[in-house]
Amino acid sequence: MAETVLVGPSAPPRPDLAELAQRVAGWARPGEQVEAYVARGRHTSVRVFGGDVESLSSAESEGVGIRVISGHRQGFAYAASLDPAVVEETLAEARDNAGFGTVDEYLGLAEPDGVAAADLDLYRPEASSFPTDAKVELALELERATKAADRRIKGVESADYGDSEFEGAIATSTGIRASSRRTVCSLWSSAMADDGRGTQTGSGYSVARSPHDLDVARAATDAARRATRLLGAVKPATQRLTVVLEPSVTAALTGVLAGLLSGMAALKGRSFLAGKLGEAVASPLLTLVDDPTNPEAYGASPFDAEGLASRGNVLLDAGVVRTFLHNTYTGRRSGVPSTANAVRGGFKSTPGVGSRALSLAPGDLDQEALLAAIGDGVLVQSVTGMHSGVNGTTGDFSVGIQGLMVRGGELAEPVREATVASTLQRMLGDVVVVGADREWLPGGAAGMTLAIGDVTLSGS
Amino acid sequence: MIDEATVARVLAEALRAGGDFAEVFVEDRRSSSARLDDGRVEELTSGRDRGAGIRVVRGETTGFAHTSDLTEAGLTAAAAAAGAAARGGGEGVREVALSRRRPAPPAAVEVLPEDVPKAAKVELLKRAEDAARSLDGAVRQVAVTYGDGRRRILVANSDGLLAGDDQVRTRLGVSVVAGADGVLQTGYETAGGTVGFEIYDRVQVEDVARVAARRAVDLLKARPAPSGTVPVVLRRGAGGVLFHEACGHGLEADLVGRDASVFRDRVGTQVASPLVTLVDDGTYGREWGTYAVDDEGHEAQRNTLIHEGELTDYMWDFLRARKEGRESSGNGRRQSYQHLPMVRMTNTYVLAGEEDPEEIIRQTPYGIYCVQLGGGQVNTATGDFVFGMTEAYLIEDGQVTAPLRAANLIGNGPDVLRSIDAMGDDFDTWAGTCGKDGQGVPVSSGQATLRVTGMTVGGTGG
Repeated sequence: MAETVLVGPSAPPRPDLAELAQRVAGWARPGEQVEAYVARGRHTSVRVFGGDVESLSSAESEGVGIRVISGHRQGFAYAASLDPAVVEETLAEARDNAGFGTVDEYLGLAEPDGVAAADLDLYRPEASSFPTDAKVELALELERATKAADRRIKGVESADYGDSEFEGAIATSTGIRASSRRTVCSLWSSAMADDGRGTQTGSGYSVARSPHDLDVARAATDAARRATRLLGAVKPATQRLTVVLEPSVTAALTGVLAGLLSGMAALKGRSFLAGKLGEAVASPLLTLVDDPTNPEAYGASPFDAEGLASRGNVLLDAGVVRTFLHNTYTGRRSGVPSTANAVRGGFKSTPGVGSRALSLAPGDLDQEALLAAIGDGVLVQSVTGMHSGVNGTTGDFSVGIQGLMVRGGELAEPVREATVASTLQRMLGDVVVVGADREWLPGGAAGMTLAIGDVTLSGS
Repeated sequence: MIDEATVARVLAEALRAGGDFAEVFVEDRRSSSARLDDGRVEELTSGRDRGAGIRVVRGETTGFAHTSDLTEAGLTAAAAAAGAAARGGGEGVREVALSRRRPAPPAAVEVLPEDVPKAAKVELLKRAEDAARSLDGAVRQVAVTYGDGRRRILVANSDGLLAGDDQVRTRLGVSVVAGADGVLQTGYETAGGTVGFEIYDRVQVEDVARVAARRAVDLLKARPAPSGTVPVVLRRGAGGVLFHEACGHGLEADLVGRDASVFRDRVGTQVASPLVTLVDDGTYGREWGTYAVDDEGHEAQRNTLIHEGELTDYMWDFLRARKEGRESSGNGRRQSYQHLPMVRMTNTYVLAGEEDPEEIIRQTPYGIYCVQLGGGQVNTATGDFVFGMTEAYLIEDGQVTAPLRAANLIGNGPDVLRSIDAMGDDFDTWAGTCGKDGQGVPVSSGQATLRVTGMTVGGTGG
């Protein structure tokens, strides 16, 4: 195989992001606040199929998002370019857009609040310097290992390697100066198993800051195990029972909980937890923390999306609401400081409110002990339809599941084409056990095994 | 956007290290959006995205790179990176002549949104909000979002193709929260299309807002959806998502080629009830998934996928079609120049039947009547899929009765397609964003009122 060298597609000199952000912030006119968020990303992704590279892509992207607040009105514009003329045009657009917003006395950019930023080591140069051939080899090895893990694996739907490197800088005319960078690499395998009773699928992953820390065997064996253990799955009978969520499902549910505790959702009456500060809303087993200063979390970063230093926040303490998540705007409207929970999807959006490194406080039991403790129920391996069946305003919860029945504390027959339903209000109170097996997943949350009582399993 | 001679040189550069095929995709996208929420016009956003994606195919491998630098130097660097990624071995230079020119048709719109004053867009938001708030005292919160985008593309490849398109889309969505007695409910409605600002001459934003508000208010009296397996009647428009999930994705040639579809090797066989004729049509009207040319430069087509229950064909992009020695079906799409194209649906719909929709309900002793769906998800390898119902009612003794709280329905694609036993003579469509492998593209789906003899309802009721 020929040696392959990738060159960055942009030839011109690379502007320093922090310097550019400060320059834009410095263009603020008297009586006007200006915020510049400048970001650059580099991504590699490799997909292999049938022992060959199906696609390999590598690219950089960069852009700027500019917010202007003037006369208590806000405007925003973005451009996927750091070309000086484009940046100036983007500021002019944001300024023009501000003229159409509603006057809102709470609008305003973040101001330095004296909290020191954590010194986080989130960047590994190897994510860039790791040779492309070695990335390809990891993906090929993942596909081979997944196939070899079990003779019932008939195919690998996809075996992917991906890495990304992110740098960002924020500067405001109110004195905010923040910049950070981080890397993340991952392997993802999706196995298809068939033993003559129909196809079942299962996925496995490995995530790390550096490609050297990726674990091919773990991703491959997890994918194979999760696919093969569903073979022969049947539609279960409709019944009420205890559900046991696997860590990735718990992480998704935890994300929904954080959404309920968004200061924005509360202010706008879109969360059924609005107005419940200081009240017990969940089982005393539930303590929920968002701490982006924890370097183990893949959503960790020293600053939030408005440039305030990240800090750990306890959202639920033994079932009691301790704080809502706030950015500068929702904090001002609620009469409290920002909790440094401004988040943004990239340079194309204004800061919203959200969590980045969310975790329930782990309990004492590993998954095996937890299953023994609950006796009978259903282990949920994966869910579908989270976006269409879970509503944080009404509390409705209804998702499709794949998993295995639990009988006498042991895993029993696999099930499919079934749903699990309750309401979020009831589920918060019906938590029976929080597992000890915490793992940090790709994205903004950790998961662990979690048992919730009295839900409806709907099947035949 | 870029002159022909430059494009030809960039393609030659892409193939300098060898390769069977190279393509340059250039995109220039301008968008504007406005959001009113909580009684405030929160902000107007303007965006500009411009760049090129270059791919080189060599054997089974595709190399891809993208850049926002549209100078010849920037494009050449990206072409070299894509060529290297395709793992070329330095096999020589190739001339590229762009002989198959297909000029971009002008955007098929009457009023370009970029020519509309921002104040007029803000005015739409306020009108919608007023209409929603004045419908009922139980309305607690209203969010209105407006968005328009103009996407100009140019595609050139080493087969000599040079094509372009100018796509304009406009959309408005209204989201309402209603509350009473400690219960909150939500309602949503949207109107949009591959159309300019003239859509608001035909669609009154007040009507869109009232539908959303009515939905939220009526749901305040809703009871939990049942659990277990029951007959389901899907009203026209609402159920198109069922076909999108139950078989649409499974008929995408890339998933079929990976053996990740329950519809593999089923062409020519009966896969659905004879009442089902399913079409994917990128040329259909001014729908959300309509375009003139796909993101590989191929013209949009009307493709029959299932004819009276028999599977007739899959959907194809260029790469998968080339492998099979056939033509693309015009289904090669990508979210932006930063993404590789893959097989995607456009407007996917089932042709109407002959039955009176009201009669279908009357002949259903017990079941669920779905009026609006909120999206779905499918595992194409097993065929199991879900979709959420956001407005639904119980059917008792042939009558539509109590409103039901939101829940997901789950079914298996091939089973559900075979158990459709009634097809109405009405028709409507539904617009949404379809996600696949992290890429979102605008699509629509459509169908007549129809009945499925049994699906599992994810409720908590008896």
